[in-house]
Amino acid sequence: MSALDAMYQQLILEHAKSRSGADLTADEATSMPDQPGVGQCHQLNPVCGDEITLRLELEAAGSQSTVKGIHWHGDGCAISMASASILSELSEGASPDELGEMIGHFRELMRSRGRLEPDDEILGDAAALAGVAKYPARVKCAMLAWVAAEDALRQAVATGR
Amino acid sequence: MVMVSTSATAATQVALSDVEVLRIRNDFPVLDQEVNGRPLVYLDSGATSQNPRSVLEAEQEFYELRNAAVHRGAHHLAVQATDAFEDARATVAGFVGAAEDELVWTANATAGLNLLAYSFSNASVGTVRGDAARFALGPGDEVVVTEMEHHANLIPWQELCRRTGATLKFIPIDDDGALRLEEAARLITERTRILAFTHASNVLGTINPVAELVALARAAGALVVLDACQSVPHLPLDFKALDVDFAVFSGHKMLAPTGIGGVYGRRELLNAMPPFLTGGSMITTVTMEKAEYLPAPQRFEAGTQPISQAVALAAAANYLHETGMERVAGWEASLGQRLVTGLSAIDGIRVVGPAAGVERLGLAAFDVAGVHAHDVGQYLDSVGIAVRVGHHCAQPLHRRLGLTATTRASTYLYNTTEEVDLLLEAVAQVRPYFGVAGSGASK
Repeated sequence: MSALDAMYQQLILEHAKSRSGADLTADEATSMPDQPGVGQCHQLNPVCGDEITLRLELEAAGSQSTVKGIHWHGDGCAISMASASILSELSEGASPDELGEMIGHFRELMRSRGRLEPDDEILGDAAALAGVAKYPARVKCAMLAWVAAEDALRQAVATGR
Repeated sequence: MVMVSTSATAATQVALSDVEVLRIRNDFPVLDQEVNGRPLVYLDSGATSQNPRSVLEAEQEFYELRNAAVHRGAHHLAVQATDAFEDARATVAGFVGAAEDELVWTANATAGLNLLAYSFSNASVGTVRGDAARFALGPGDEVVVTEMEHHANLIPWQELCRRTGATLKFIPIDDDGALRLEEAARLITERTRILAFTHASNVLGTINPVAELVALARAAGALVVLDACQSVPHLPLDFKALDVDFAVFSGHKMLAPTGIGGVYGRRELLNAMPPFLTGGSMITTVTMEKAEYLPAPQRFEAGTQPISQAVALAAAANYLHETGMERVAGWEASLGQRLVTGLSAIDGIRVVGPAAGVERLGLAAFDVAGVHAHDVGQYLDSVGIAVRVGHHCAQPLHRRLGLTATTRASTYLYNTTEEVDLLLEAVAQVRPYFGVAGSGASK
């Protein structure tokens, strides 16, 4: 498999088209939610114009809280859109700590220039994005949704208490 | 008329040939390499061009034989360096149709436009008197730009207007990427103090009608600033004949190194303008209270200048002059037509700017339905083809076109028709690769 094919795997291209969680409306994306346990973040890559507004909602699960869902509105390349779609699917039901760990591991993987192997148990489908790490110019594309999720999670946890 | 002919037949008569281009390529060491197992196809000269050996050698020779600070010191090397620096100015001034003292060195076109905007800004501060007051802007004054500007010819004017209270207006484009001249005639009024526009669009490839716009500005008494960043490297031109007040260009887009460019200004204007950067090398008498300034160009060249880069830029101008700018322009016009015709014939490709058969630079920016420009660029890179992707520093233009990003292939005198054909073949593979062929829709 060429490096290009390793980056644009079938799974990635399918996510880029189906876009799980891409159901936040343009109106919702321009207004900040004022609810406890909900966070929202807008991220823009000024180099290419890729853009995402991501809303993360927590729900109570016993004494803990878990991610009820990630919904987003965005436009960009196959990598940024697939990455947001995969993240949306992966995050559902995760505890804030688990999602935090996922984001941390993903960031390390992306910054590794291809030296790190992805941990499939932590990353699930996001492991398929490992090929992006060999293209430093594209790492920001893959990270866009994850950076937004990190900030939205921080807000959701802060207001959820 | 100094612009490239609109007639394809007239252009090809004077154009380079594929055989000559193959010979020219031998002068450019960087082009002789493989990328991802394929011969490099460099189609990003609109962003930055490559350097011929004569330019690289001119810079090296300056450091090996003549390096010293210029315009100071009486020793042998200082004289040699000053001569080389000023000879370079004379060469480049001649290349663009300026007098020697009408060419100010700057880092690039962006720095040149900022020099102008900040000088006008300095003229707008209350304490300025005398000749400089004619450049002062205030509430009620207007600056007019166009919708197709590179950010470098937009943001400095936005900021100047913000600082002075003047109003910024823009001439819109039509769907084919041409300026709407009837709107220009309506927008340029006696309130217009500055008309700043690009000679040729870095995205659309449109070559703007300088004479018509200058006539409108003259009738309104406005100063004309020409962004010649995409025209000086690719079209034969003469700033005096174009009758503009100011023009800017970048060396690195015309076979020279980065860090050197120029501002052309009419002598009487440059000498009346307040300085922008101040300090050493631009003064006559300095006391603890105040300073008197040298005339142009030194007036605008504070601090040690990019001397070897200026020398290299002169070598680049010589290379282009010896090749012949009419022939370069003719060759690139044919490559531009081959690009727009070939790309438009591929399913799902929308080329922005002038239609096939209409005058354009040797470049084409395009949208690939269903595939983001970044993904297009990545695919092309995988087969050794270098293009630019993104908004090309022209976000308002892309918004007008209903796009966030495009892919741009831009040629120069060293590109062959075969390279254009390799691009066309590769672009035809993009939608099938990403599994969107046949869907037609852009999402």
